[in-house]
Amino acid sequence: MEPFTSLTATAVPFDEVNVDTDQIIPSRLMRKPREDANYHTFLFHDLRYNEDGSEKPDFILNQAPYRDARILVAGHNFGCGSSREVAVFALMANGFRAVIASSFGDIFFGNCFNNGVLPIRVTEETAARLRADLHASPGASMTIELEPQTLTGADGTEYQFDVDPFRKHCLLEGLDAIGLTLEYENEIEAFEDRYRQERSWLYP
Amino acid sequence: MAQPRTMFDKIWESHVIVDRDDGQTLLYVDRHLCHDGSFFAFDMLRDTGLPVRRPDQTFTVPDHYVPTRGHELDDAVDEERREMIVKLDRNAKQFDLTIFGLGDKRQGIVHVVGPEQGITQPGMLMVCGDSHTSTHGALGAIAFGIGASEVSHVLATQSIWQRKPKTMRITLTGARPFGVLAKDVILAIIARIGAGAALGHAVEYAGPIFAAMSAEERLTVCNMSIEAGARCGMIAPDETTFAYVKGRPYAPAGEAWQKAVAYWKTLPSDPGATFDKEVGIAADDIAPMVTWGTSPEDALPITGQVPDPADEADAARRAAKEKAIDYMGLVPGMKLTDIRIDKAFIGSCTNGRIEDLRIAAAVVKGRRVAVPAMVVPGSGLVKEQAEKEGLDRVFTDAGFEWLESGCSMCVGMNGDTIDPGERSASTSNRNFVGRQGPGARTHLMSPAMAAAAALSGRLCDVRELSLAPSEGD
Repeated sequence: MEPFTSLTATAVPFDEVNVDTDQIIPSRLMRKPREDANYHTFLFHDLRYNEDGSEKPDFILNQAPYRDARILVAGHNFGCGSSREVAVFALMANGFRAVIASSFGDIFFGNCFNNGVLPIRVTEETAARLRADLHASPGASMTIELEPQTLTGADGTEYQFDVDPFRKHCLLEGLDAIGLTLEYENEIEAFEDRYRQERSWLYP
Repeated sequence: MAQPRTMFDKIWESHVIVDRDDGQTLLYVDRHLCHDGSFFAFDMLRDTGLPVRRPDQTFTVPDHYVPTRGHELDDAVDEERREMIVKLDRNAKQFDLTIFGLGDKRQGIVHVVGPEQGITQPGMLMVCGDSHTSTHGALGAIAFGIGASEVSHVLATQSIWQRKPKTMRITLTGARPFGVLAKDVILAIIARIGAGAALGHAVEYAGPIFAAMSAEERLTVCNMSIEAGARCGMIAPDETTFAYVKGRPYAPAGEAWQKAVAYWKTLPSDPGATFDKEVGIAADDIAPMVTWGTSPEDALPITGQVPDPADEADAARRAAKEKAIDYMGLVPGMKLTDIRIDKAFIGSCTNGRIEDLRIAAAVVKGRRVAVPAMVVPGSGLVKEQAEKEGLDRVFTDAGFEWLESGCSMCVGMNGDTIDPGERSASTSNRNFVGRQGPGARTHLMSPAMAAAAALSGRLCDVRELSLAPSEGD
């Protein structure tokens, strides 16, 4: 996993609420290999493209100031619905490394961390203000520093954010969870031995 | 005396392998279910070079990509979908996992198969790379959906890192009104609390209405917990649960059964256990429900009208409603019963079980469909049982297609979709934009309501239909 330490990049305001992972990547594209040369076009595919493949000019990612955006600032319950991790793959294929929202679908939230994408929960007011500032200066950059847990909005205001210390550690170091868990092999084995005794009916 | 504990806490605590100071917990996974969409996870596992740690605790079944018109590999609509099914077969073989493959009558939707086979049991911690894994909590388990990286982690380590979620109890008071099914109950709950209301929470459904529900009804309720954002949904195991689990192929038997039940009886939340959040809902107000919009929270009693966004004070919510109504091709203020449909779909992990088919068949019997309609049993065994009872004839005589088991039109991944602009009455769980195909318009409802809609060609109140004489008699 690619470590995440800091990021300064164009941020795009995404005002919709309850954006489900079916919107982020339609289910018919889930079977495509990640190596697909068009993977980047899968992100928000049906919102972003007409049937003939031409761009929908109204869609915000198709607008000039936001084409190289790498930070997405969304409304509440972003990434709800399906557990599809390809939603994160599609964001990454477009260069996104951070998503900011007042709340996230739980599974999507975890999927982000597991791929080196930083999801940041802020208050509803902060999310609204960040988006308003971005709308006011289209194409503006934001800066995210993971170690001190700060983000700087388009207007230069600095905000503090919370992040799970374990997740933070993994992101900073680029650690994958399996490697880390294997360090607990003895604990897992001890648990299994005891558990098999206690719950014999689970092991016919 | 020991502190009273919730059912969630009891099951959680008994699965803790490691509790880290930073709030992360490594939990043991009793049973892991994989399906034909899990191929990314198997590829990730191969990259690590590790084996599956507990093949005996891992079960696989193809469901998302399986064809429903014919159940041979060659019935898959194209080479890519065929390959998805083949890949699961190959992965199951390589890692020595149990598979209920195509051609095996135990094949079906993973969340139907788990409980049906007795793989799902009270007190378990279960995961699957699918958000509707919340279904299994209906039998008194902690069950939740995970992403592909986590699936590979569970395959390799039989464990998963989690932060302990908060707890929420949703208590339904009063009596369940006539004609109200489990689907109506959960749609009404989501409409009341909102699609993000249970984010970060483990939900327990409590009160006499859930206690009086059958195990299958409870599965329907818990299935849609994720549509309120919940980490998982659960209902206390009781005699109904035990009777449901008993005798199933993977359920404990003999002495082991006695031991298991003795333990399962200790699981319900203790009197006085406290929840981080309590929600009380009066059941008396619940009626047969339908969704009008593009989020499961957009549900209303069938007697209602399409809402007017102008009534919404909050600007973001107003915009969301306007967008949803526009996508759905509706007009604010129109009666829900005036909405005409193009197709009806009965099936899915929400409503593809035998009781669902019985209820739908009871509505359909002796009548004719007004629009194309299909029934997709949740598993081969559900299909077999339905055919034993003659339900297939009831449906086919009425003009329904009677198909093979799979996820089908709930998510359209196998090619069962509806055309752009078309409108469905669907017993599935998500009315998201494009869920049943690009431009598709989905109205969620119970199997009885979907059957009624199929017969009348519009959304209608099944309570009226069941009293009226059959059309065409």
